[in-house]
Amino acid sequence: MPARTLFEKIWDNHTVCAGPEGSTILYIDLHLVHEVTSPQAFEGLRIAERKVRRTDRTFATLDHNIPTIGNRMVIDDPLARGQVEALRHNCREFGVPLFDLEAPEQGIVHVIGPELGLTQPGATIVCGDSHTSTHGAFGALAFGIGTSEVEHVLATQCLVLKKAKTMLVNFTGQLSPGVTSKDVILALIAQIGTDGATGHVIEYSGEAIRALSMEARMTICNMSIEAGARAGMIAADQITFNYLRGRRYAPKAWGEAEAHWKTLHSDPGAKFDTTIEIDATRIAPFVTWGTNPGMAAPVTGVVPDPDRAANESERNGIRRALEYMDLRPGMRLEEIPVDRVFIGSCTNARLEDLRAAAQVIKGYKISKGIQAMVVPGSQQVKRAAEQEGLHTIFRDAGFEWREAGCSMCLGMNADRLQPGERCASTSNRNFEGRQGAGGRTHLMSPAMAAAAAVSGHFVDIRKWQYKT
Amino acid sequence: MQSFTVHTGLVAPLERENVDTDQIIPKQFLKRTERTGYGECLFFDWRFDAAGRPNPAFPLNALQYTGASILLTGKNFGCGSSREHAVWALRDYGFRAVIAPSFADIFSSNCVKNGLLTVALKPEEINTLMARASADRLNLKVDLEKCEVSTADGFTAKFTVEPFRRMCLLEGMDEIGMTLKHDAEISAYERRQRV
Repeated sequence: MPARTLFEKIWDNHTVCAGPEGSTILYIDLHLVHEVTSPQAFEGLRIAERKVRRTDRTFATLDHNIPTIGNRMVIDDPLARGQVEALRHNCREFGVPLFDLEAPEQGIVHVIGPELGLTQPGATIVCGDSHTSTHGAFGALAFGIGTSEVEHVLATQCLVLKKAKTMLVNFTGQLSPGVTSKDVILALIAQIGTDGATGHVIEYSGEAIRALSMEARMTICNMSIEAGARAGMIAADQITFNYLRGRRYAPKAWGEAEAHWKTLHSDPGAKFDTTIEIDATRIAPFVTWGTNPGMAAPVTGVVPDPDRAANESERNGIRRALEYMDLRPGMRLEEIPVDRVFIGSCTNARLEDLRAAAQVIKGYKISKGIQAMVVPGSQQVKRAAEQEGLHTIFRDAGFEWREAGCSMCLGMNADRLQPGERCASTSNRNFEGRQGAGGRTHLMSPAMAAAAAVSGHFVDIRKWQYKT
Repeated sequence: MQSFTVHTGLVAPLERENVDTDQIIPKQFLKRTERTGYGECLFFDWRFDAAGRPNPAFPLNALQYTGASILLTGKNFGCGSSREHAVWALRDYGFRAVIAPSFADIFSSNCVKNGLLTVALKPEEINTLMARASADRLNLKVDLEKCEVSTADGFTAKFTVEPFRRMCLLEGMDEIGMTLKHDAEISAYERRQRV
């Protein structure tokens, strides 16, 4: 057998048969479902009188639309309530397990999959959500799909796909102190652009990646979609196995599973369509200044000048972004003041993220006039954080401590920016209006967002005075 | 699904790159449980001001583009969120084809399921068409059988579409029905892999 990449091995293992015109019918091991992108899919099944093929491989939760405060079983917004009730009804009718709002397992779909041990190396995982790429951190092939494909997987447990191209992103050397996996992925997207990996599945490798925890790896894979990639993945290793072992849905026949997972890595000499080398030692803490995740720079830098852009379309893009963001070329990023701070989302709302943020604010108060909130990625993360007393640190500093959900990453619930408000956010998208119409989002790591809450503006976290 | 063979229609130019699906349809319109009725929400925050009045500077609000069924735009169209509502909104508004230098992956896949054709042309061809559509009413013929875009006055450009997607669009295929024909193979796979 010729040398194969990790992606090719998983693809081969899941090929059911050839489809028409060069396509492949690919088997899906795990299908995660949430309230926003599924109602039309279930309705499609109902109309065609089809069933869910594998109710044992389909898991649903509520995350996008739900309140993060108050009595969550009472949802004021009638449309949001309708969607939540539709998912409950659909799960009952079709026999799909649902982690409902009062369930201890409830949380953001990409946080709970790994937590429950549903996410496993070598698996194919889909969800009607672009950040499904998160699960690739376990050496799985995980990607977002639209609602029609959600219906397809519900009915057939398969998708008809054309094989993606492969890209290797290799990080040499180790990260400097204060630099996190959020900075790594923002630096990559700034380098290759938001369409730099379109049509590709990225595999991340190298010393800097191997040294990262599972939670940090998830942050990188999560934002692969922001570089346009179909998926992002990291081959499983001992860190992966240690994370998974003993989790609720982890394999019972552990030895056999681990032996198989150990074969799931790119073979020496395997060919990638594209290879990128990045010196990890040179990556600085990053902040976005514009209206897509590629518009990012080291926090020590300045807002770019559109007149220095490489071409006219880039110039227009920067000009539009600066107008929307209300920033002037040449402004130092560290001088940009913030109104709001959001620590949350499937990118950065796991326990380690909350620990990092809490460590920064410990002994400090947030700056006057700033509204700051922490939204844990899941109820399990929330409980674990409370056991460590992190909620007290956040509350003492002036942060709000919320219930789990997607919250202000996309502002489908009441957690939204007001027009003109500027937010330091640990989420994944700084698109126009993403966190609320007219709102201005700057993406960064949890530690950097926490430091911004205290300082009132962006700061280089490497210079932070910790009070521990 | 409605098939796509040949379509002739008016072009609306949207000269922006990296248009994300949050712009195509903002989140407040994703709370419904139907597939229809999203046309009025298309490009909502660009099309309307805070008071809900049409923004005169936005191309779709210009009289000369009323009735447009082909959208012409910049590279990486449809990036970001996987929301199929973006495609439902474009279709419901009346678009049958989007022409751009490139498209985001999930968006193009969603388009195929809804009979919306994405046509990738070379940047210089896009520039030519953009200039013409911005200056005057431009009608284009998009022919999926010949994989060709043309005007009545002699402009032509060839494009390629992945063969499986082309087949789905030409035949208006029920993809789920097609996969279900492989039920025996799927069951055999499940037995073989013990899944």
